[in-house]
Amino acid sequence: MKLVSFHLMPYRPLDLEEAAKHRSAWVVLPNRLYDPVKGAEEYDRHIDALVYAEELGFDAIGVNEHHQTAYGLMPAPNLIASALIQRTKRVQIAILGRALPLVNNPIYIAEEFAMLDNLSKGRIIAGFVRGIGSEYHSSGANPYFSHERFHEAHDLIIRAWTEPGPFAFDGDHFNLQYVNLWPRPYQTPHPPVWIPSQGSSETVAWASDPKRQYPFLVTFSSADLVARYHNTYRDKAREYGYEAGPTQLGWACPIYVAETDERAIAEAGRAVETLFNDFLRQSFEMLMPPGYTSMSSMKNFISMRRALGNAGGKITAAGLIETGTALIGSPKTVLAAIERMRERTGFGILVALLQFGILSDELTRRNMDMFAAEVMPKLKG
Amino acid sequence: MSTQLTELGVRGVTIKLRRAGSGPTVLFLHGAGGVPQWLPFFDALAERYELLVPEHPGFGVSDDPPWITSMSDLAMFYLDLIEAVGLDRVHLIGNSLGGWLAAEILIRDRSRFRSLVQLAPAGIRVKGVPCGDNFIWGPEEALRNLYHDQAFADRILALTPSDEQMDVMLHNRFTVAKLGWQPRWFNPDLQKWLHRIKLPALVVWGDDDKIMPPAYAALWRERLPDARLVMVDRCGHLPHVEHAAMVARHVHDFLEGVAR
Repeated sequence: MKLVSFHLMPYRPLDLEEAAKHRSAWVVLPNRLYDPVKGAEEYDRHIDALVYAEELGFDAIGVNEHHQTAYGLMPAPNLIASALIQRTKRVQIAILGRALPLVNNPIYIAEEFAMLDNLSKGRIIAGFVRGIGSEYHSSGANPYFSHERFHEAHDLIIRAWTEPGPFAFDGDHFNLQYVNLWPRPYQTPHPPVWIPSQGSSETVAWASDPKRQYPFLVTFSSADLVARYHNTYRDKAREYGYEAGPTQLGWACPIYVAETDERAIAEAGRAVETLFNDFLRQSFEMLMPPGYTSMSSMKNFISMRRALGNAGGKITAAGLIETGTALIGSPKTVLAAIERMRERTGFGILVALLQFGILSDELTRRNMDMFAAEVMPKLKG
Repeated sequence: MSTQLTELGVRGVTIKLRRAGSGPTVLFLHGAGGVPQWLPFFDALAERYELLVPEHPGFGVSDDPPWITSMSDLAMFYLDLIEAVGLDRVHLIGNSLGGWLAAEILIRDRSRFRSLVQLAPAGIRVKGVPCGDNFIWGPEEALRNLYHDQAFADRILALTPSDEQMDVMLHNRFTVAKLGWQPRWFNPDLQKWLHRIKLPALVVWGDDDKIMPPAYAALWRERLPDARLVMVDRCGHLPHVEHAAMVARHVHDFLEGVAR
């Protein structure tokens, strides 16, 4: 099992009561609620925790991109990746990922990844995402063209990494007379590409295509949904005429281990609730701008919300644990949940979110230590 | 008033069209909400004119060709259509996105048109005066922000839309995002060319428009070569809905003046 220690870098000093008065923790949350002195300290602490993961034996450490939100302080994740390269020796550094449709020239993303790959001598994993709905509000990018721009930007980046330059690129959204990357990526043919997703069938079909066979990471979903998406990927691969391996299936979720289930819930319950209720809080209009998903996916989403009562009810730690959206408990409990998923889907990449919501440095450190001591050896063995 | 539902097509694209009355041709171009229902304002116009109310490509049950990706495409489509159907001496009325469309059509070719009525049109930008963000508003908020008089919103909120109506609303919303998300509700080039609309024009604006701020009305009057402005008191973004009789009267007077 490949183990990734992943951070969102939330702004933990957020005044949650004040934040709750606003439409969302995204896009419109007034940035007067950000205190640079506290924020600068947050960067230090989060980076320390990621660096510590190398010492503990994780295979990779991960960061990601989000804009104009207290949910994550990394609008430019490559800056953090660059800092991590300087402070680590061995681990891979996964940027999960850059949001391709939001930029007007994807070559800059190809260049930055190529730089990081050189700086780290080949330790980079390049994640490609579309960005979440709110980021189409904050960036102004047109959600209607999100899929088209994603695919076109992806094709451009892969060609820039692999084809001799200079060449011209003629797309519908991006047109460039000269594509000629300096530097070229360190890894051959290019850094591994991973696709974090919440599991749209379009994305599964695209990622599993024999030309790509990109590892597919299911994020923030119930265990049943994770299993369903993994197995959709497997089925799709079979349709394409090959068998998907464990290294193609990933699961990203919040994990917290302590001596007992009770203690784990007592220590991490409130923190995981803040992740979902406070930091992830967005309206439907922000989450699903028109065209961001296909009409049928959006209708499914609407009816799903209606089925849930659409009450805007609070998510509870108990609910997250019960559905397997978050793994919180004793090492035995958490291991059992991971093993159960392994039996159901044969997945081979675990992206562990070991800090989440307002979880403190101290508890994060304790969580990481215990995960490394009690869970990791069993998964590696 | 009896209306007739027909179809019009050009170059393989078919759109739905409601038609009523007889007399000189008035073409009404709807806004972002489409044409969910026939309006009293339409009845008032149909008393003296042949009123055509199409659903744009990508709205309602009209075709949605993938090659229409911008307001320019939509404007060129309408020029094709008007030529193919043989419409002439047309009085054009546009509301909101439809007003933007009317201007995009007329800066390109005004030869088949007699006049322009703009009801709170989108399409241009007054720097420093942002439009309301009806993409981030929730459904009720968006509806309430359309009107000054909340009784209009209350009546609509009391209805439960059918699945078909929900589908149409979602589909319209997709098309509206395609056309108006970025830059939001305007084409940076349009206002450079408004002087080409050398037609009598009437601009109507609600004083409490929460989507297109009233500050935009002055810029339209300034840029259109022959425009009169009517500000409507206690009125939101849909003057022809909220003050149907009064706005119809203004439009009648204006059109009669043009005919004279």
